[in-house]
Amino acid sequence: METLAFFVLSVLAVAAALVVLTHRNEVICALGLAFNLVALAGFYFLLGAQFIGLLQLIVYAGAIMVLILFVVMLLNLGEERYPRRRQWIHPWLAPVATLVFAGVLGGVLWQVELEPLPASDPAFGTVEQVGLDLFGRYFYPFEVISLLLIVAMVGAVVMAKRRL
Amino acid sequence: MDPRMYLLVSSVLFSLGVLSVLLRRGAIVILMGVELMLNAANLAFLTFARIQGTAEGQIYVFFVMTLAAAEAAVGLAIVIAIFRLRETTDVDEVSLMKW
Repeated sequence: METLAFFVLSVLAVAAALVVLTHRNEVICALGLAFNLVALAGFYFLLGAQFIGLLQLIVYAGAIMVLILFVVMLLNLGEERYPRRRQWIHPWLAPVATLVFAGVLGGVLWQVELEPLPASDPAFGTVEQVGLDLFGRYFYPFEVISLLLIVAMVGAVVMAKRRL
Repeated sequence: MDPRMYLLVSSVLFSLGVLSVLLRRGAIVILMGVELMLNAANLAFLTFARIQGTAEGQIYVFFVMTLAAAEAAVGLAIVIAIFRLRETTDVDEVSLMKW
């Protein structure tokens, strides 16, 4: 059952990522990304991290995707129809370099000796477990990241606004 | 379930993100490629968190998500500003700072 869910989710995630990579219409790309994010939330649930999975659905597939789709539709770009000239990288150099990179990355990760996943612990991934550490040992990083969010918000408004 | 399978899916997704950053020229799709890479890293983080059984990896995923939200907001604001000046989001057209 878990194996079946894993393979369905990985096929979905990789297919959605391929849509993002190849489709010319940026709205379809954004929808592919949304599909990919939902599939990843499925992976998180499969791993037992319920809290992070729900955050993924709410923050990523909800808020960030709405932001991206909003900008794509606001700019009304339609299809990517740039003239094929002036590429800073040779067209087939990028796939070759990425293939080499993927080979090295996958090869190294495959050689890591890991025990099989332990049986799921009911305490793993709950709001309680994450929250206790988040507001305990990781309290100061948490405050810094909230400062970062405020700075990013102000910066986004300053840059996107026509006249202040 | 072998945890290396999760890491393999994560590295495939990361490579697809790298490829869409390298190949695509629409600024928004490049941002989407960055989101793909961040998500692939999150999957690897959670796999290791599950092996350890601790909250650490999950907290890193939480931070990466916050960072991704900040990055998307600022990046899209820059894209809007560029579009207002140049009427395009083609990153090859925006080469003012390239020598």
